[in-house]
Amino acid sequence: MSVDKATVARIASLARIHMEDAELERMVPELNGILEWVEQLGEVDVTGIEPMAAVIPNSLRLRDDVVDADPRTGGGRRADVLANAPVAEHGFFGVPKVIE
Amino acid sequence: MTDLTQLGVKDIRDGVRDGTFTAREVAESLNAAVADAAALNAFIVTTPDHALAAADAVDAARASGETLGAMAGVPIGMKDLFATNGVQTTAASHILEGFTPRYESTVSQKLWDAGAGMLGKLNLDQFAMGSSNETSYFGNVASPWRKDGSNQPMSPGGSSGGSSSAVAARIAPAATGTDTGGSIRQPAAFTGICGIKPTYGRCSRWGVVAFASSLDQAGPMARSVEDCAIMLGAMAGFDPKDSTSLQMDVPDWEGALSADLRGKRVGIPREYRMEGTDQAILDSWEQGKAWLKDAGAEIVDVSLPHTKYALPAYYIIAPAEASSNLARYDGVRYGLRDLPEPGSGAGASGSGLQDMYAATRAAGFGDEVKRRILIGTYVLSAGFYDAYYTQAQKVRALVARDFERAFEQCDVILAPTTPTASFPLGSMNADPLTMYLNDVFAVPASLAGLPAMSVPATINADGLPLGLQLVGRPFDEQGVLNAGLAIQQRAGFAAKPEKWW
Repeated sequence: MSVDKATVARIASLARIHMEDAELERMVPELNGILEWVEQLGEVDVTGIEPMAAVIPNSLRLRDDVVDADPRTGGGRRADVLANAPVAEHGFFGVPKVIE
Repeated sequence: MTDLTQLGVKDIRDGVRDGTFTAREVAESLNAAVADAAALNAFIVTTPDHALAAADAVDAARASGETLGAMAGVPIGMKDLFATNGVQTTAASHILEGFTPRYESTVSQKLWDAGAGMLGKLNLDQFAMGSSNETSYFGNVASPWRKDGSNQPMSPGGSSGGSSSAVAARIAPAATGTDTGGSIRQPAAFTGICGIKPTYGRCSRWGVVAFASSLDQAGPMARSVEDCAIMLGAMAGFDPKDSTSLQMDVPDWEGALSADLRGKRVGIPREYRMEGTDQAILDSWEQGKAWLKDAGAEIVDVSLPHTKYALPAYYIIAPAEASSNLARYDGVRYGLRDLPEPGSGAGASGSGLQDMYAATRAAGFGDEVKRRILIGTYVLSAGFYDAYYTQAQKVRALVARDFERAFEQCDVILAPTTPTASFPLGSMNADPLTMYLNDVFAVPASLAGLPAMSVPATINADGLPLGLQLVGRPFDEQGVLNAGLAIQQRAGFAAKPEKWW
């Protein structure tokens, strides 16, 4: 499978990365080179093989149902959470208008 | 007086404990060495005050008779992928420029708790995506090594290139690294130092900027196997804040180090004899077998039939996870925000949220990061998911099964770390694929989550270092370290880069 400029533009839009025409054109052969190379995975017989998501068998734990069990990941840290926000107003993240 | 910058982790720790020198003297020497090495561009920011404060705390603790930690008095470099409280953390990207965490990553906190101090935040490939340290927004890192008779700047490897450059240049006794597909081992090999990626889950990922979460793993980079064992012990351990953290005790790796390999079987994977591998690398591999045999091990042939497919599988899985992880950089909560003027450029009709996302990410990510996000988005998109992503996950299962079967016949695997020695900066950028191929020997162990280490073996005809790689069973860091120690003792690698910076 290979991609053309329209497809790259669609992927870039899905990925929310603005790209000018020249950049899209540059990406087409680069992405096709990579995609063509990964095609070889199609040769591998994977009959009966389960896709691997977690490499070391490990079960997901549940934490104790305690509020603020770890203060670093608990609540009450609004100032810290907002400290790096490009725009913070009235204790919230500021964003451009979403609803017209 | 001893030049304290030449000492490794163990010698500094022991010297501080025994009162041969103070932690402050060590920190001052290394701060000065860091300040004098700007030409390497190994650090994005330096933090001399952090190193001094940690040193003073250690000296005070010693004076009052307290027991000192495993890293007491050792100032280290911190890869700028670890969140450090109050110190800019960028992942070498523009999108995180100026981001100053209000929390500390688990791994860095453990190191400070063990008495280490921070010399600064080390440069790396942007979001750890790269194998040459040429994708950083803050400029390339130069290796302290150069080819004999040449002053061409060489790659320190990547993504932990600031770490490898600093440790090899003796401006840091040790540094943290992270390894997703070889990012500790390949730079270690390129610069003649040691680096170990432990079993996936040994070191907490909490507070580490995520690239590919099912692969990312932190580890130490230092100039000896002993130093790696000490530092890994300080970094590892269960962390309830990381859902994939291993709930296991941390063994005393340093205490159990032994280069006596009698009764051990070392596997030589025949599929690693690949075209395009330097003859000098193949020769050093032969030498490595002889060294391990001399240490008492039996050498056995093993087969890892899916080796060839590990790299293409990695270049689906890692970008897929990256495209998902990097979705968080949206210009809302932290980092860069680029809001186009209404009616101009990106968002012609009045700059909404979507325009802000697209413009922020266009301005904030470098080319390699964008390329991988696009690949990842594509392979996860409707219609292609099974053909690419599911297939790659199945191949990953086969790569892991290959190792499982090989470890029925051997205890540790010996292979080259890289197919070539370091290359000049700028020489491999024509095609992204060429760069990817540099990780061909490193990626299989990453996909299988196995502990793997690079140790320096020799130098090639150009005077550049070559590394050998050891891969162990899950949780058997000890077996990897022990085989590494056996090589270290026999290789007697003493070459150092000549100071030009």
